[in-house]
Amino acid sequence: MSADVDVAFDLAGRIERAWQVLDGVLDPEVPVVSVRDLGIVRDVQADADGGGLTIVVTPTYSGCPATEVIAESIVSALDAAGLGPTQVRMQRAPAWTSDWISAAGRRQLREYGIAPPGPADLSQGAPLRFVRGASAAPLACPRCESLDTERLAAFGATACKALWRCRACGEPFEHFKPI
Amino acid sequence: MTASITVSQDPGVQYLLRIGDTCLVLAQRLGEWCGHAPAVEEDIALSNMALDLVGQARAVLTRAGELEAANGGELHDEDQLAFLREERDFRNCTLVELPRGDFAVTVLRNFVVAVFLRLLWQRLGASSDTELAAIAGKAVKEARYHQAHAADWVVRLGDGTAESAARMRAALALLWPYTAELFEADAVDNAAAAAGMGPRWSELRDEWHAEVCAVLEEAGLAPPADRAFRSTGKLGWHSEHFGFLLAEMQHLQRSFEGGVW
Repeated sequence: MSADVDVAFDLAGRIERAWQVLDGVLDPEVPVVSVRDLGIVRDVQADADGGGLTIVVTPTYSGCPATEVIAESIVSALDAAGLGPTQVRMQRAPAWTSDWISAAGRRQLREYGIAPPGPADLSQGAPLRFVRGASAAPLACPRCESLDTERLAAFGATACKALWRCRACGEPFEHFKPI
Repeated sequence: MTASITVSQDPGVQYLLRIGDTCLVLAQRLGEWCGHAPAVEEDIALSNMALDLVGQARAVLTRAGELEAANGGELHDEDQLAFLREERDFRNCTLVELPRGDFAVTVLRNFVVAVFLRLLWQRLGASSDTELAAIAGKAVKEARYHQAHAADWVVRLGDGTAESAARMRAALALLWPYTAELFEADAVDNAAAAAGMGPRWSELRDEWHAEVCAVLEEAGLAPPADRAFRSTGKLGWHSEHFGFLLAEMQHLQRSFEGGVW
């Protein structure tokens, strides 16, 4: 009986420790936000027999080249913490949305100079145009917080970002796209 | 040289190849702009879209390979399907294999294909094939961005200078006849619809036409009259341009079997 309780406790403890380790695994493209805060780690499962961990991860974009690197980073971080063997399982559905980025993740993005995404639902309902007819909500500059900003390009250095500019402070900045 | 593979004629596999190959071949054409676009922002945008399309193609081709194996065929992975099939075994619509042309041709093709794929992914979100539905749930969001970006350019060039408008009219005259193929229904479509895998592509035609024409009108452009011409890429009969594209795309895997980064 007590052995059963110990195993269960150990299982819950290992999962909890795994989540803590994942807090320190950073996105390779935005190396201030953890994969956990980005919302791409969907689940942590531990084998009841004391075997390995399975980390369920969802990709941000279909062609995101960071996906494989992220999986490798997760495995090596958990192995280094003595929690392995670890396997990463990719799960597409439900599709990742920028709404899953945590409050801490949004703050870290802003501090890093990337304007965090607004609600994805709003962009789903918006007209399928960027220039005419599109009335995107004003975006605050992550540096000076001015709303006097404009979009320079719909696509940025990575699939998840667009390029903007602040007219008030004159600085360009990136915007994590709502999707 | 690495030997070619052949694929099953199973309609479910063929339906998936049409989708995956259309994404893959358009991605290959867009990739040609990398380092050559008229402005760095567009260079990045076209590369981004190519990357999304490659990701979508990888997922769909992987699924096609799995389905082929489930039906008793050989298991082929995404790389084998992309790099080891011969021209006649590709099922992309001819529209996406045409040379990239000038920037007007590129943005107009991106636009008409993005509208089509967005509508298709929307419907595939309800596919009886749960893996395909999952792929579509992600891809539809990406296609929205592609459509919005391309539509802006269609209007900007069509309603721009005399030169840009003339280029857009020429692009429209060139590409429009190839759009009819998208909506030609056949036994593969019927089987996919009957199995709940996805819609007959012909069912998307009215909505596609309305969305495309609304943007063309805003751009001061008019769709050319329909013609009897039908391209046949979906059936494996491709244009004279396609072999050159495949030769470039496949030559590394053909020369170095199983080579990886």
